[in-house]
Amino acid sequence: MQYLLMIYSNEAGWTKLTQAEQEQGMAAYHAFNEALTEGGVLRGSNRLQPSSTATTVRVADGKSQVLDGPYADSKEQLGGYYLIEVPDLDAAISWAARCPGASHGIVEVRPSWRNP
Amino acid sequence: MSEHANPFSGDEQARGMADAVARRSYGKLVALLAARTGDLAAAEDALSEAFVSALEDWPQNGCPSNPEAWLLSVARRKIIDFARRRSTRDISIEQLQLGAEWLDPAAVDEAIPDHRLALMFTCAHPAIDPGVRAPLMLQVVLGLNAAMIASAFLMSPATMGQRLVRAKNKIKQAGIPFRIPEREELAGRLDAVLDAIYATFAEGWTDAGGTDVARRDLAEDALFLGGLVTEVLPQEPEALGLLALMLHAEARRRARRNPQGEYVPLAEQDTSLWDSQMIDTAESLLLRANSLGDIGRYQLEGALQSAHVHRRRSGHANWPAVVQLYDALLALSGSPVVALNRALAIAEIHGADAALLVMEEIAADSRLTEYQPYWAARAQLLAKIGANSEACHSFEIAIGLERDDAVRRFLQRRQSALMP
Repeated sequence: MQYLLMIYSNEAGWTKLTQAEQEQGMAAYHAFNEALTEGGVLRGSNRLQPSSTATTVRVADGKSQVLDGPYADSKEQLGGYYLIEVPDLDAAISWAARCPGASHGIVEVRPSWRNP
Repeated sequence: MSEHANPFSGDEQARGMADAVARRSYGKLVALLAARTGDLAAAEDALSEAFVSALEDWPQNGCPSNPEAWLLSVARRKIIDFARRRSTRDISIEQLQLGAEWLDPAAVDEAIPDHRLALMFTCAHPAIDPGVRAPLMLQVVLGLNAAMIASAFLMSPATMGQRLVRAKNKIKQAGIPFRIPEREELAGRLDAVLDAIYATFAEGWTDAGGTDVARRDLAEDALFLGGLVTEVLPQEPEALGLLALMLHAEARRRARRNPQGEYVPLAEQDTSLWDSQMIDTAESLLLRANSLGDIGRYQLEGALQSAHVHRRRSGHANWPAVVQLYDALLALSGSPVVALNRALAIAEIHGADAALLVMEEIAADSRLTEYQPYWAARAQLLAKIGANSEACHSFEIAIGLERDDAVRRFLQRRQSALMP
């Protein structure tokens, strides 16, 4: 099954880190990426620009409304994702727990609707 | 109705066999049917349709020699029918990965493997809402219907039904596996299974008189499930501890009410009414658990039950040992209920004054303000030191929080004894 691991974290946290800490953080993500690839489960991943770059769009009564900012105005924001393919939820959870995002934020695990 | 000379014998025999199979094998069949597809609701529907077919077929053609195999193969065909009907929508038969052996009668005709414990781990998965784990287990492992479960857990049948449906959808859509977790994960996951079994037992335990059939059966169901866990995992000390704890409590069931149906507290129970066979089994389970090392909550609670039994039987109390057990349990659980019981043991050693001081420390815990035994204990300690009006007030709250009529009357008698 395919699962999307969504990393939610406090964006302000990252800028407060020293350069050495940031490098260590990046290295941890890099290693996680490598492990997913080595395990043959990685189907896609990316990091997102900060939520200050976000734009929301909705169409109501035929008119589109475009607004500056993210959908949810919460401290924790979506910062990146991994799409993985594993046999079951337990396997997805064990990968989510290894994700550095689970230590500095929260990882939400969601099965995809349809499996290729 | 029927034109046969003896219209009911075949029906009765078929019904009797179907009931017997449902009792002994319902969970085994559901586990087997759902493991492949991940779809508990479809497994249950297919099985219940198979039972309907059995009640039509068996009276005419005679009961099969292996009724489980008969039901299984009919239910499997139903599952494939369901899948065909839905295949245009969301799932194909290939995706179900049902091999040809699924419908091979020879493959079906062997002994039915028992995957009920794996099914229990699915129901008590950390991704399932903790409040619905015990009800879900009762439904899919034992085949209880939502209305019965709802009444036992004091919930509306509609709400219970919705929560069960939601949990089954989650299992299917999120891909929660049907298996006993690996060694390294087992410890944490087993706790959830044991907790759900204990929640079942606790609901059954509240009906001390055994007048509420749904509740009384819950205690038996919990004992059955607890036994199943120790059969498959005989080296897990906490599973043994839980079974011992439940057996110790169940052993005293007959002594908890007098012939008039009035509540009898532990300290006043007639020990000859206790079931000594259950107590012996519980004691040997605790010994076995102890020899395996790795102490835990259920072993400690089992040991406390054992200490109470010993005290009542021998007349000799070892209160310092009891306090020690509560200390260990408190360190593990941080539960205010444990702290409360510890305070009562302290009362036996150092008197009511000392115990009331200890209780003041835990009184701030909001979880206790709606806990009847806290108010009843407080009332009894206050009565002992002669603070009658405060004691009456505490009894008043305890009475207001109790849902069992016999216990309510017992508390009312204690309260009125204090009134001038």
